[in-house]
Amino acid sequence: MSVFFNKLFPHPILTLALWGVWLLLNNTVGAGHIVLGLILAISIPFLTSGFWPEKNRIRAPFALLQYVGVVLWDILVANMAVAKLILGRNKDLRPGFFYVDLDIQTPIGISLLANTISLTPGTVSCDLTEDRSRLLVHALHIEDIPAAVKEIKERYEAPLNKIFTAC
Amino acid sequence: MFEWILSALILIGAFFTLVGSIGLYKLPDFFMRLHGPTKATTLGVGALLIASALYFSFNTDQISLHEVLITIFLFITAPVSAHLMAKAAIHIKLKQVKRTQNSIE
Amino acid sequence: MLETSLLIAFSFVALALLLAFIRLLKGPDVPDRILALDTLYINAIALLVLLGIYFHSALYFEAALLIAVMGFVGTIGLSKYLLRGDIME
Repeated sequence: MSVFFNKLFPHPILTLALWGVWLLLNNTVGAGHIVLGLILAISIPFLTSGFWPEKNRIRAPFALLQYVGVVLWDILVANMAVAKLILGRNKDLRPGFFYVDLDIQTPIGISLLANTISLTPGTVSCDLTEDRSRLLVHALHIEDIPAAVKEIKERYEAPLNKIFTAC
Repeated sequence: MFEWILSALILIGAFFTLVGSIGLYKLPDFFMRLHGPTKATTLGVGALLIASALYFSFNTDQISLHEVLITIFLFITAPVSAHLMAKAAIHIKLKQVKRTQNSIE
Repeated sequence: MLETSLLIAFSFVALALLLAFIRLLKGPDVPDRILALDTLYINAIALLVLLGIYFHSALYFEAALLIAVMGFVGTIGLSKYLLRGDIME
């Protein structure tokens, strides 16, 4: 049974996402679009599964929801802070680069962490070293680099590491 | 009441869009300019799109949620393009402001 | 009420477009211009969404979605060109 399930839905998350996007794009929940969307959402991952070798499993869905909430809140707060910095005087800004040593190994974890860093408090992820062990980050205004690294690791990396583990 | 919320969202969105472009205009070097658009504009356009979704949901007979699609799309793509632009800028060894800490060669 | 705030928002976004355009003309380097184009398309999305509310028409949504997709592809293409195609050494 579960082998059959895996054959038919090679990527359950992709299937759900495609279905949701189809319904949003048509902006209806009519019966016709629900069925058509479901057909597309099942057949596209089935036909293209050869191009998606690695599988991602979400270990803790509730932790993911909590993480999304934390990130959205941080985006809101960060925007106020960045707006204040931008509208202030240029001379007061102290920009800087710093490296974050990564504990996560999965590609999806690293890319989500980089995206989160780019979306939150005055930081943009700039580069990843070849061996995927350090992430270069640029900050618009930074005073205490070790504290910033510690906050990124505790606030974003630890939950992501818990949600996506290699399988 | 509903109009007040809508107006507030629209004004917040437009304000943050403007702040992003002001940052692009006045900050001294490329890596600092990168911060304005990637953050301010995502929230700015996000607030405008939420306002649009609310407006069309309450003023027409059906619920309108497709604006959410653009919001999600922008939230996924903005960091990716910022990352690639920063990588390209480091690759061609763009100048950084003198006071940058640990500047990259 | 809504009318007034929409007009104020229009002027904000128009000013934002103007500032991004000045940066596009001024440069000084290629990545600055790419960033200015990136900001321009995001501002264009904001303007289209506002126009959609102003004229009470859902037609503007498709245009905004297309600009979002094409703008992203354009930014990525230009950055990749700088990373791969330009010889600076």
